[in-house]
Amino acid sequence: MTALIAPAVPARREQDASLRPLPWRRMAWVTWRQHRFALIGLAALLGALAACLWIVGLQVHHAYTAATACRPTSSIVCEGLISRFDGIDNVLSNGYVLQAVPALIGAFVGAPVLARELETGTFRHAWTQGFGRWRWTLAKLVALAVVVAAAAGALSVLLSWYYQPFFRPYFAGNPMSLTTESSPLAPGLFALRGVAFAAWTLAAFAIGGLAGMLIRRVVPAILATLAAYAGLAFAAGSYLRQHYLTALLTSKLNVPASAWIISQRWTTKGGRPVSLATLSQVLRQGGPQVAGKGGVPQSLASWQYLVQHGYTQWTTYQPASRFWTFQWIEGSWLLALSLLLIAATVWLVHRRSGLKRRERRIAVVRFAAGD
Amino acid sequence: MNVVEASGLGKRYGGTWALRECSVAIPAGHVVALVGPNGAGKSTLLNLAVGLTAPSAGIVTVLGGQPPGSPAALDGIAFVAQDTPLYKNLSAADMLHLTRNLNRRFDQVSAAARLAELGIPLKQKTGRMSGGQQAQLALTLALARRPRLLVLDEPMAMLDPLARHDFMATVMTAVADDGVSVLLSSHVLAELERVADYLILLSRGRVQVAGEVDDLLASHRLLTGPAAEVARYAGQPVVHIRRAEAVAHLLVRASADDPVPPGWEAHPVGMEELALAYLREPGAAALPGPARRRDVQRSQVTG
Repeated sequence: MTALIAPAVPARREQDASLRPLPWRRMAWVTWRQHRFALIGLAALLGALAACLWIVGLQVHHAYTAATACRPTSSIVCEGLISRFDGIDNVLSNGYVLQAVPALIGAFVGAPVLARELETGTFRHAWTQGFGRWRWTLAKLVALAVVVAAAAGALSVLLSWYYQPFFRPYFAGNPMSLTTESSPLAPGLFALRGVAFAAWTLAAFAIGGLAGMLIRRVVPAILATLAAYAGLAFAAGSYLRQHYLTALLTSKLNVPASAWIISQRWTTKGGRPVSLATLSQVLRQGGPQVAGKGGVPQSLASWQYLVQHGYTQWTTYQPASRFWTFQWIEGSWLLALSLLLIAATVWLVHRRSGLKRRERRIAVVRFAAGD
Repeated sequence: MNVVEASGLGKRYGGTWALRECSVAIPAGHVVALVGPNGAGKSTLLNLAVGLTAPSAGIVTVLGGQPPGSPAALDGIAFVAQDTPLYKNLSAADMLHLTRNLNRRFDQVSAAARLAELGIPLKQKTGRMSGGQQAQLALTLALARRPRLLVLDEPMAMLDPLARHDFMATVMTAVADDGVSVLLSSHVLAELERVADYLILLSRGRVQVAGEVDDLLASHRLLTGPAAEVARYAGQPVVHIRRAEAVAHLLVRASADDPVPPGWEAHPVGMEELALAYLREPGAAALPGPARRRDVQRSQVTG
């Protein structure tokens, strides 16, 4: 037995001496080399978008400055400038087009990371190298996640600048401008500014990574990522975000124009809800000057008429001052979700090797053999 | 040391077993041919050995007791998968650099020299290489890691005869120079006869034959005699009977010293003949006896 072991030990030591350490940074080159086309494409896309935003943004800012500097405000010239600023309303204004950007980044950068390896079979090369499969997966996903989140963060700075004029009061003295369009918390634009844009991009990337691992095909994984992202973004904007903090409730009309109105309802003095049909009936009695189009109370006059007749309007809203609190809440849960998804992906990659289970079984066998 | 040792190893995909009750101990220092028809479980066994898939039953260890996929196993085993998957949009130089970055040990100089010798330009994208060049590149990458075990899954399936010859020449040079153990699967028997000195025959997910080629050949003979007298051999370990008109050919388990019945002629048997005979008789088996395998296991545990 000793004769058998003796030559084996020095041989192994000699081999170990030639082993270099395998630091994490070795994956940086690998990741860049494999994903450079995706990253260059991403840079080109974001660069083009930034250039567009910059050019259009300068026009928006100039129009805004001209409109606000104009005196007297009620003159025809000034009204013309204000309507010119309003006229800039383009595809970017409501923000829904730009919300596709995080989804596209996540789908086209995130989904292929594992799906392409699994589809083309190259994972059999990558996962049998000394670096180890779970370290390989973790290093790739984290490095790419940081890059896409940073790129999205840089773009969102530009987006914040672009949308700045839309969130400043420019209709001074118009108490009825209760439109939700100019609220910084409104669904269309909230996710494009602050930390939310980078967080959504990160989440889309993490969804893409997991979808790639589960689906193992590039194109279906991309489609699944887009679908999952759309569902999550819709759920967050329509149901989740309004509950981050308890909404404020008021019966007054002076809700700030920048507030995000979540719901409005009318009640009688006794507190019973009133249907819109009843209200329009009441308004019709008040004559044509108070009855708005379709019977819905729209003008100040109709509102005053209803209040005089004993009705109360309750407005549930989130004030604009909560913008950054909401940003951090949304950023935090998206970051937590992304980390969870990345961890799940790495765990799935690791689990498929069955290493843990096998090591345990071998230990049991050795113990039973009296070793 | 056993480079691969499996006991009761099984792998199930859905409801079908790709590999079942596989117990085998492959000693180091051999060129092992893993032979079997398509779907016999060759790729499954190799994937289990390199840690790409987890077993559904039993255990497998590599390089003297290491779990497949563990850092020590990854350092010591190089794997060239079926159809040699390489990154199509990377050049040969990029593949070298990438593989070097992912391993503790990588002989960049000899790998680059080998590619120059083969006439593979470093700048060429792997997607534009011929099947032979891709296989040679994948093999060069694997050998540059200076592995103790080289695992090749159907490496020559896509190659023309000349490329096959060149590929095996590279493998055999590494065996001679570095003493690397080789485990290669193939369903082309002829090309293995020249190189393999250890044979494992897989059939329908089970190990049918396992042993050193010399031992196997020495313990089998081909008997030729009158077809009418085949019955006389009943009770003896006959693997396969082939009848032709009045003459019958019997592949039997017998050594050169065993007596030949009168009227019969005995011939030594070739590896291809032996493998084909066993493949035609899935019920027959030639495995190391239980006593022998237990010895191997005990020495492993104590060592």
